[in-house]
Amino acid sequence: MAEKLKKAEGSFKIESKDVHLYYGDFHALKGINLSMLENTVTALIGPSGCGKSTYLRLLNRMNDLIPDIQIKGQVLIDGQDIYQLKSSEIDHLRRNVGMVFQKPNPFPKSIFENVAYGLRVNGITDKSFIENQVEKTLREAALWDEVKDKLKKSAFELSGGQQQRLCIARALAIEPSIILMDEPASALDPISTGKIEDLIFQLKKDFTIIIVTHNMQQAGRVSDFTGFFYLGELIEFDKTKKIFTNPSKQETENYITGRFG
Amino acid sequence: MMLFSRVIKEKIIVSVLAFCALLTVLTTIGILYVLLSEAFVFFTEVSIVDFLTDTQWTPLFADKHFGILPLLSGTFLTSLIAISVALPIGLTIAIYLNEYAHEQFKTVIKPILELLAAVPTVVYGFFALTVVTPFLQSFFPEMAGFNSLSAGFVMGIMIIPYVSSLSDDAISAVPISLRHGSLALGASRLQTAFRVIVPSAASGIIVSVLLAISRAVGETMIVAVAAGQQPRLTLNPLVPIETITTYIVQVSMGDVPQNSLEYRTIFAAGITLFVFTFILNNIGHWFNKKYHRKYE
Repeated sequence: MAEKLKKAEGSFKIESKDVHLYYGDFHALKGINLSMLENTVTALIGPSGCGKSTYLRLLNRMNDLIPDIQIKGQVLIDGQDIYQLKSSEIDHLRRNVGMVFQKPNPFPKSIFENVAYGLRVNGITDKSFIENQVEKTLREAALWDEVKDKLKKSAFELSGGQQQRLCIARALAIEPSIILMDEPASALDPISTGKIEDLIFQLKKDFTIIIVTHNMQQAGRVSDFTGFFYLGELIEFDKTKKIFTNPSKQETENYITGRFG
Repeated sequence: MMLFSRVIKEKIIVSVLAFCALLTVLTTIGILYVLLSEAFVFFTEVSIVDFLTDTQWTPLFADKHFGILPLLSGTFLTSLIAISVALPIGLTIAIYLNEYAHEQFKTVIKPILELLAAVPTVVYGFFALTVVTPFLQSFFPEMAGFNSLSAGFVMGIMIIPYVSSLSDDAISAVPISLRHGSLALGASRLQTAFRVIVPSAASGIIVSVLLAISRAVGETMIVAVAAGQQPRLTLNPLVPIETITTYIVQVSMGDVPQNSLEYRTIFAAGITLFVFTFILNNIGHWFNKKYHRKYE
């Protein structure tokens, strides 16, 4: 099936081939084969502890921070195996693969400096470029109108939903090509959630997005493809419409109809 | 009956606890009372303006001057040298232990570091006098045998654990999500430490520095042994000076008659010291309250 998709819709942005991951003795990912096309939104669903967040963090090597971890298999981004990178190239990978976390985690800095941070740590000092980029990404994150008069204020003065959009703007500012979202709306109210979902829809034009979510409706609303994880295995991966209307595996159907998880 | 005896028992325990709490408060009030009343008598004989502006402190000489400034400058100079040593080293240690070191290494090294604060200060004093001063004299031949540089330097070593331990606590209270946020943007660990972690922990770090300064200001033995006993209004770290605490020791151990003016100078010096550390501690508390950010 994957081969068919490839021929029909262009080349894969991300490919993982038989990926295994162990936390100590615990086998957390069991041979994941999963590929994603450029400029699509892929939702990863499944019950807690199924490995979907672990898989997400594999793609920008955030799992490296956990001691006693072992990874086998291949993860290719734009055709390059990211687990063959030298440790000095990991910063570069993370610039290309942005991440938005479950809880908003703005830095204790001003709104402006939060967005400019990624540019500054990557060695950009051109003041007018930074100003333009901050405005541009705050607009992309649909936050500009709300914060344009208080860019110097602390990011902690924003509401939770605004903080999360600020974190999205922060990730966009360094112009990654992939954005990973780990339950980005789980800590937010329905209105803020709606705004984040609209935003994901907008961002699809320019970015490849992978979103982990516990919310079935959300996966259905925002994604083109959906992967269902269960007990460290990728049970089923297909077009979102197919997964939600006519899944081919019994476990998938049980999960999306709320029979477990 | 059972219930009654339990109520009585509770009451006794509560009053014992309350008494213990009260005791510390009463001690503080007692110390303050003695300091203030003796200092009050002193200031009826010496004008407070002279005390604060005269540039000589010679209460034990025939030509008496009661200017506190030379003692203050001595205390200021040694404390400044101490914190210039302790802040960079202590903060570096705290960052290293939190952001780089292996967990096991941290559990071994932290108690060893805290031993620095447990070494008797008289040992530090002699270390300054007999090791550090001769060593520094090979660089500064004009340096006197008693000087504020080596006393301040050794005092800085002593207060490193104050800075490193409290900063370490502040840094480890910074939520891991901020680290991840920074690393996920392609920042290096060093950039993350200095641009995100240290600013996030700033209030705790400042408090640690204030407490360390306050400890340095009150330190007695090191400066008494290694910095000399010559009240001198100077910022030259190579010459002998005298701090407030050293002066108090000098007079308390000497043969100054009780209830004389000379004797009361130690209370005037003491109240100055008290005001100094009281202000520092309060700035620390105020900082902590105002800027301490609660993370979820």
